Amino acid sequence: MSDLGEIVKKSIKEKGLPLIEEAKTKLPLYVSVRELPLRFQFGTAKIQKFFEGLKEGKVYMTQCKKCGEKFFPPQADCPKCRESDMDWIPLRGEGELLTCTMIIVKPSTYAHYDNYVVAIAQMKEGVKVLAWLKIDDPRKIKPKMKVRLTTVEREPEGFITYGFVPI
Amino acid sequence: MFRLRNVAIVGVGHSKFGNRFDVRIDELAREAVSEALKDANLSAKEMEFLVVGCAGGWSAESLPAVLCSEYCGTLPKGSMRVEAACATSSAAVAVAYNFVASGYVDLALALGVEKMYESPTPVQIELIGRAGNYFWEFENFGMTFPGYYALHATGYMWKYGLKEEDLAEIAVKNHYYATMNPKAQFRKKITVDTVMQSRYIAWPLKLLDCCPLTDGSTALILANESIAKKITDTPVWISGIGASTGTGNLSKRDMFLKLEYSGLESAVDAAKQAYKRAGIDYNNAAKYIDVACVHDCFTIAELMAYEDLGFCKRGEGLKLVREKQTYNGGLIPVNIDGGLKAKGHPIGATGGSMMYSLTKQLRQEYGKLAGREAQATIRNGRALAHNIGGTGHYAYVTILSLEKPHK
Repeated sequence: MSDLGEIVKKSIKEKGLPLIEEAKTKLPLYVSVRELPLRFQFGTAKIQKFFEGLKEGKVYMTQCKKCGEKFFPPQADCPKCRESDMDWIPLRGEGELLTCTMIIVKPSTYAHYDNYVVAIAQMKEGVKVLAWLKIDDPRKIKPKMKVRLTTVEREPEGFITYGFVPI
Repeated sequence: MFRLRNVAIVGVGHSKFGNRFDVRIDELAREAVSEALKDANLSAKEMEFLVVGCAGGWSAESLPAVLCSEYCGTLPKGSMRVEAACATSSAAVAVAYNFVASGYVDLALALGVEKMYESPTPVQIELIGRAGNYFWEFENFGMTFPGYYALHATGYMWKYGLKEEDLAEIAVKNHYYATMNPKAQFRKKITVDTVMQSRYIAWPLKLLDCCPLTDGSTALILANESIAKKITDTPVWISGIGASTGTGNLSKRDMFLKLEYSGLESAVDAAKQAYKRAGIDYNNAAKYIDVACVHDCFTIAELMAYEDLGFCKRGEGLKLVREKQTYNGGLIPVNIDGGLKAKGHPIGATGGSMMYSLTKQLRQEYGKLAGREAQATIRNGRALAHNIGGTGHYAYVTILSLEKPHK
């Protein structure tokens, strides 16, 4: 239950209504009694090989067999030539840093992580990848720094994803 | 060939921006609509269509267009809600413009309204952070909006030697002009030191590089030529709209890779479309425009806009900042109403807010609202609104002019 949820309970108990006074402005607010938990589910059937790959330590891109267009994130359908015949190619992992940031103010569902560095790197294969860069001191980050893309286990949840480490 | 009719803005309204805990979404909308109707000396019943820009997600009402139609008095005229992320209200104006230009209606109302503070701040940060390519940017990597623009800022620093102090100068300018704007959320002067001492949100962007979360509403009444001429001596014509869409995933853009791209391809594309329609030369754009409102959701975004809009060459935006060329009286005054940065950024009302300021500027009425120092000199009779949704996902550039587009 969120903080607001506790406030709702308390207000109803005391005043019979979930009415509160806004902290700064002292204006009256009605706090909704309904809390909506949102957790989405989306289909992966067309790019299932990507997730199978993660389990084997591979990060796949796709390439259109007809026009040669490369895709990362991988996709099954080519918007250029409207074909859906793709080669699945594992990235070798060698890349060069194009830009980065360190996220300090985090979204609510990321509040439990330490500050994290998000980077975009140009991969040898020609695609660009956005992922976390694991680095002990962000001041060591240099433009065009060489990085390696690998699969990683994200703690504390323990799911497999991918990320960069400096070379 | 079928030709679009001339369309003018004949009435503008703008609520006070900020934390608006005092009103519901429909009550907030009414503030802007009432001012716009009064400005045009029209009644709500005369409006033939209501286009409502509202990004939503953080506020309780799922059907804001319906609630606002009812509360503002345009019922039972047709209505719809439009979404283009932070460019939502420019998209609403584009729809309303086309309704009038095509002859479908003669009078349309483009409303922008957003009630962000109906959700707690961390939830707003989460929802805005999800405005990218959800699985590949948010689900696994927790991107935030300041984070996306921080990637732009780092890229620019690495290419052109941009310093954090340069970005701070942009915040200082926009806060300075917001002190004069009675509708602005922040009305306090700041200094480069204040910005530099504010805490990091997403390195290299600090708290004072970022626009605030805002509740607010704006309303623009659009009319065809014969009605416009009856209503006002100074119709402000919409002389060109350009719209373009960028990739969902930031990593698919070329700008980090190529030296010639440090900005948003979509913004360049939208600008070129709008300029073509309005007869503006992209390579010399600043000469044609008296005043501009650009999408400074972060300080870096304003710098990128200078270059994307052709106000200067790639990498030379820095020079405009350092020479203070975007203050009033400089090469081209930019965001002299405070910008998103200090006036506030109610997602679905921001483009409308730009056009509110620019309409008043072209009518030479802005000085009455905000003081003479904030009234631009009107030489060409042209103003520009640059409104970006997401991180270049949607780009809308709208040119307003005192000269009628089609003779």
